[in-house]
Amino acid sequence: MFTLLTFCFAAALLAPWLHRRLPAYAGAVLALAPASVFIWLFFQLPAVMHGHPVEQSFLWVEGLDLEFALRLDGLSLLFALLISGIGTLILFYTQGYFKGHPQQGRFLMYIIAFMTSMLGVVLSDHLLLVFIFWELTSFTSYLLIGFNHEKEAARTAALQAMLVTVLGGLFLLVGSILLAQAAGTWRISEIIQRGAEIQAHAHYLPILILICIGAFTKSAQFPFHFWLPNAMQAPTPASAYLHSSTMVKAGIYLLARLHPALGGTEEWAAILIPIGTITFLLGAVMAIGQTVLKRLLAYTTVSALGAMILLLGLGTPYTIKAMMGFVLAHALYKATLFMIAGGITHETGGETSIDKLGGLRKAMPISFACALLAGLSMGGFPPFLGFVAKETWLHALGDYPLLMIATMIGGAAYVLVGFSIGWRPFMGEMPAGLHAHEMPPAMRVGPIILAVACLGLAFFAGTTGHTLIEPAASAIAGTPLKVHLHLWAGFNKYLVISLATLAIGIGFYRARPLWLNLAQRMAGWARFGPDATYQKLFASILKFAAWQTRLLQTGHLRHYIRYIVLATTVLVFTAFLRAGGLHKLEGLTPLTVRTGALAVLMILATVATVHSKSRLRSILSMGVVGYCMALLFTFFGAPDLAMTQLVIETLTVILMALAFYHLPSFRHSSSVRTHAIDLTIAIGGGVVVTLLVLAALDVQTPTPISDYYLEHSYTKAHGRNVVNVILVDFRALDTLGEITVLTLAALGAGALLKLRPKKKEDRP
Amino acid sequence: MEVALAIVIGVLYAGGLYLMMRRNLIQLIIGLGLLSHGANLLIFTAGGLRKGGAPILAEGEKAFSALPADPLPQALILTAIVISFAVTAFALVLFLRTYQTLGTDDVDAMKETDT
Repeated sequence: MFTLLTFCFAAALLAPWLHRRLPAYAGAVLALAPASVFIWLFFQLPAVMHGHPVEQSFLWVEGLDLEFALRLDGLSLLFALLISGIGTLILFYTQGYFKGHPQQGRFLMYIIAFMTSMLGVVLSDHLLLVFIFWELTSFTSYLLIGFNHEKEAARTAALQAMLVTVLGGLFLLVGSILLAQAAGTWRISEIIQRGAEIQAHAHYLPILILICIGAFTKSAQFPFHFWLPNAMQAPTPASAYLHSSTMVKAGIYLLARLHPALGGTEEWAAILIPIGTITFLLGAVMAIGQTVLKRLLAYTTVSALGAMILLLGLGTPYTIKAMMGFVLAHALYKATLFMIAGGITHETGGETSIDKLGGLRKAMPISFACALLAGLSMGGFPPFLGFVAKETWLHALGDYPLLMIATMIGGAAYVLVGFSIGWRPFMGEMPAGLHAHEMPPAMRVGPIILAVACLGLAFFAGTTGHTLIEPAASAIAGTPLKVHLHLWAGFNKYLVISLATLAIGIGFYRARPLWLNLAQRMAGWARFGPDATYQKLFASILKFAAWQTRLLQTGHLRHYIRYIVLATTVLVFTAFLRAGGLHKLEGLTPLTVRTGALAVLMILATVATVHSKSRLRSILSMGVVGYCMALLFTFFGAPDLAMTQLVIETLTVILMALAFYHLPSFRHSSSVRTHAIDLTIAIGGGVVVTLLVLAALDVQTPTPISDYYLEHSYTKAHGRNVVNVILVDFRALDTLGEITVLTLAALGAGALLKLRPKKKEDRP
Repeated sequence: MEVALAIVIGVLYAGGLYLMMRRNLIQLIIGLGLLSHGANLLIFTAGGLRKGGAPILAEGEKAFSALPADPLPQALILTAIVISFAVTAFALVLFLRTYQTLGTDDVDAMKETDT
């Protein structure tokens, strides 16, 4: 499995190069990668069916308990088959769709990378690994939606999809960490064995909510559904693949995967059932009012995802079987319809609205056949897989009359959409000015195979149920289930309901102009919807960032100094308080009169330096501070420091006095308010430093380095003045650095003085 | 003694910081000077004010009979004094040139890089 994943990633990397070498056949050649995965998976079917999952793992990061663990069981297998199978067909389709497009190689790379990430999600047996692949799918989806990056709408939609799904991904990450803590393992196969333990854990509810948010954002559940219709900005191959049959099902997969660990509780039902039902109905109702091909499909996808969550939320063996059957049926017909929708737009020169299309049956007979088959499957007509799935579904809802009614309404909407795409664009008269021709062979392969599968799998419903649905449903339920699907289940009340739904649906379809009219009147309500909320939130974040930048980045040096001082003071003071403040002040040297007098003098001189309005007085006062420092050094056994300080202070004062000859006096003064603020901040800083010094006195550190120097100064370096020996011998390299600094400063100052700046009026 | 010095250090810091937030270029440099005095004194005090003579061996002796002042902070401060002088001198020349080029010594007026 690991080899296959690596192989697919390699194929993604090779794609642009291959496209340059073989522009016409790159898609078909690259399709070998998913095709080989599909074939390999197919051969694993017997083993997995008999309950022997394929496992593989190796240690990834030692010590972090991070294993690259892969596991193929019934649920993974069904999803992986869909991903690789539809992926293969999509690559063929891409080749036709992007024929002659210079960026086809880039698109192929993205979509294969996505496919591999998606395979990673369903094959991973380690929660963190799932998260990594999960985020990879969000990222590749971003690249695919924004593929037409010169269009602003595409960029916005891409960003929206990524922000929503990545945000959800972060919730998922936190949820996963909590779940791993509660279960005591990262391995999913072990976690799902410990359901009782996890459900009794104090963190069960947070875990459930966090993971649900992650899954709901990815699978476009209300109120996060809005990104999916917007994501239709993606090129059709991406929409057909990511936003109908694979990526949006990642959330469904994850919840299904964790169902044995998290499911079956009241909380599980209380979250999943309402959200699923709302999404199911909302998507169906919104779909009715759409006229654009891909948006029609997008809203029904939202609806279908809601239905899956609903069925999973109910969590009975029946509903789980029904859900998996629906997952399969939906993936087949939805991918077909998307490919046909893209084909229609592609072959009519960019027409996207179904109301402007018509009479395409002559120009595009094969597309018509495929669309009709898939559309009928979507509507749930016999003898298609959609019918089988819907009957199982209705059967599973037998005990829930209200949900049954909801299903009928939703089902009727599906009939409408199925007809809108599988019937309407092809019938009637061709509008004037519309030119169309059949899709090229590469684009036809996918729809034909999938549409035939919609029909064919229904005739082999028993085998399909036994080999594909049963292992998957068993994995979700956590116990072996038996699945018996029938195309003809006998004459019972569910058949009646199913047929009634079809009749209502056809009625819905006839009344379509009425719905469109209604939808137009309701359009104003969108400003209260989640999409508008997202826009507002997004705009306010940008506004906040701008406000904060304006506040902090004023361009005034003084303000920056202020912020630095303030932040440092607050942080250091907080650390000081947390460390317990001042403990004890022991072993202090008693204050002598001369030191006390010197301290007072220094304080007075500092105040004078700050307060003085005259430049010279200010500098001289600073000189006084420096000389006092020198004196202080002599009091405490540091004659070298005293000498250096004296020399340097004298030099500084002279230098400043010289410079001031060229500089004006203090002319600029700030407002009283600014003075007050600065003074407060400065005094705060001073107080914190004082406290810090006092705190430092409490810390008694051993002085092995000093002792070493004192001991070996004469014996090793033959010098009597230890400070000097340190500077020129023990730490001579440091002194060399110091000299370098001095030299550089001197060079810099010299260069600055030599360069004569042009006068302002001389410059242009 | 330490408490007195700690207060002096605090005053030096407060004065230095306050001056650095003023609008006149020169005050900024003077503030920098006060700040380095404060920092040097901080190292000196934090290193421990030890009674005892300078860390210099008397002629003829090979080891200290009594523990002298700690030589390590002294070496550090010596370096710091010299470097702060270099910084002050360079800043002074830089500001002088800035003033001559821009025609202002008001820090608030120095918002543009394009002059």
